[in-house]
Amino acid sequence: MISELEQFRNETLAEGLVKAIRRYDGRPVSIMEVCGTHTMAISRYGIRELLPPNVRLISGPGCPVCVTPSFYLKSALELCRRENTIVATFGDMMRIPYKGVSLLTEKALGRDIRMVYSPLDSLDIARQHPDKTVIFLSVGFETTVPVTAIAVLEAAQQGLDNFMILSANKTIPAAMHLLSSDPEVAVDGFLYPGHVSAVIGSGLYEELAKAYGIPGAVTGFDPADILGSILYVLEQIRDKKATVANLYSMVVQPGGNPIARGKIDEVFEPSDAVWRGLGQIPGSGLRLREKYRAFDAWGLINGSVEERDEEAGGCRCGDILKGKCLPSDCKLFGKICTPETPVGSCMVSSEGTCAAYYRYQ
Amino acid sequence: MSEIITLAHGSGGKLTHQLIQGIFQKHFRNDWLLEGGDSAVLETLPGQMAFTTDSYVIHPLFFRGGNIGKLAICGTVNDLAVCGAIPRYISCAWIIEEGFDFGELEEIAESMAATAQEAGVLIVTGDTKVVPRGCADKLFLNTSGVGFIPEGLRLSPALIRPGDQVIVTGTIGDHGTAILIEREQLQVETGLASDCAPLNGMLELVTASMGGAVRLMRDPTRGGVATTLNEFTEGQGFGIRLEENALPVKGEVSGLCGMLGMDPLYIANEGKALLVVDGAQADRAMELLRSHPYGRDAAVIGEVVADHPGKVYMRTLAGGHRIIDMLVGDQLPRIC
Repeated sequence: MISELEQFRNETLAEGLVKAIRRYDGRPVSIMEVCGTHTMAISRYGIRELLPPNVRLISGPGCPVCVTPSFYLKSALELCRRENTIVATFGDMMRIPYKGVSLLTEKALGRDIRMVYSPLDSLDIARQHPDKTVIFLSVGFETTVPVTAIAVLEAAQQGLDNFMILSANKTIPAAMHLLSSDPEVAVDGFLYPGHVSAVIGSGLYEELAKAYGIPGAVTGFDPADILGSILYVLEQIRDKKATVANLYSMVVQPGGNPIARGKIDEVFEPSDAVWRGLGQIPGSGLRLREKYRAFDAWGLINGSVEERDEEAGGCRCGDILKGKCLPSDCKLFGKICTPETPVGSCMVSSEGTCAAYYRYQ
Repeated sequence: MSEIITLAHGSGGKLTHQLIQGIFQKHFRNDWLLEGGDSAVLETLPGQMAFTTDSYVIHPLFFRGGNIGKLAICGTVNDLAVCGAIPRYISCAWIIEEGFDFGELEEIAESMAATAQEAGVLIVTGDTKVVPRGCADKLFLNTSGVGFIPEGLRLSPALIRPGDQVIVTGTIGDHGTAILIEREQLQVETGLASDCAPLNGMLELVTASMGGAVRLMRDPTRGGVATTLNEFTEGQGFGIRLEENALPVKGEVSGLCGMLGMDPLYIANEGKALLVVDGAQADRAMELLRSHPYGRDAAVIGEVVADHPGKVYMRTLAGGHRIIDMLVGDQLPRIC
């Protein structure tokens, strides 16, 4: 592995890009970074303060934890309290609050909740505990869904009947169409997610650019990558063009990764999905196909949890996810809502917009 | 002797006696311990006395670069050393879960003895408890330590002035990352090992020859470098500016942290110290540190500044700035 520090110790490239960006003298513009990891990297490298006042970066809905509606967590809490049940989850989900409780507090009370690094780890847990039902909290975009699909396929092949997933998986394209067409969300350019694009490809963005006249760039996560993509978008705006650059071409192909997409299609089918802050977006979710419905933990919930997203009073995560306001515009930010006492999920996830602003600004 | 620890080994009777003689007195052999009194009666030395205690509850017990025993000695030795004390005596309390492997217990004791010898400290008293299966996670250790601060040496945040330099004695995040790989059985090919080491020899080298120039020292264990530096600045009239391009981070640590969404600045170290030294004498401090095997990767990572009082911030690789806050809870791996 190459150290990112070594890779970017030469700061000349970043300095040159910053100088070029500062020369932008056009109309004020807002560029949205769709992906939570970009939000984190932008804050981590202090990129916002390097931009001229007429260039604003706003954060989009690309953190899977942040866009997970409250009823999902309510369901997860209900499942973890069942007898003979092990809930497996990525670390980010542990701290999300729901009416004062979280998976972390449930774990402290003795529920069997395991933190995993891959959906396949939860499959291993199911193999090791044949007498218990193992439920993987499947939350993520196209980046993580292929591995979840593989876990389901393996479980089916091996006849594992004690493994289930609670899917809140989502796909990015429908959300991007919604954001691009919403007149209230005045986005002038997009920084497209690097990892998601590796699966779905960069072709979709060409459609968006053509349909809505918004330029964009697919980019990686290092400072020079991000600065380069900002510069590209600004040049497009200045030249009144709306094309898409792929600045992450080592990883992202125009057609994406057909094998990964094939796995998703084999196991999941599109469904309507509720996004925290964005509401229901038709066709933006993924539910298990009929053939794999035996692995669907929603069957255990059986309608006992209403599919409604409840925002805590005063929380503006929704507007923040749409880029309509900054975390600092929220009255709760940094006062009632902090990483120690998060109110909204944007403050919980390490990639959440509010957490990024709080930690790094 | 049986091959596993049973409750009878903690009963205070014959088996306890055999355990103490067979393992602890055998490996930690010194006059005070062999006396077997209820207290070790020790000689004092001139200067101020430093006294510290810490408990060790690590999983896994054995890891690349050490084990819980080595960690327990290094941790206590380092807590004394960063206060400027010369560590002398250590106590060790064992809380052992019934069924623990005798061979592993001996291996841990052996490595404690070796580390204590390297650090020049004596394990002079101890305690052993065996708890029923399920009441502890294999083995918990508590070590307390006593050391003496040489006359005239004073370390305090109150001595820190703008212009002082911040030094770290080596690469950061090695211990926490190595433990994470082993604990979570991550499928990563790596040569990474814990940096667990007694630092008193290296730090004495610096304080003995340039005492007044060293303002403060601390070992950045849990919470990492970021949290420790925040402890330096909290409530003070100065701030600390770090330089991201000066931070020594191994490629493996940086790569793994990148994948998991963690920050090496918040990851635990067990063989590193942070020093704040007079800016004019930073080069000399670096020279001394680098002459020692545990300090060969030492680096000046930042400076004490008058702006941003009470804060730690960093000039990033991109040329921007960001605040380095204290860690909230544990770092949890991210989702994508």
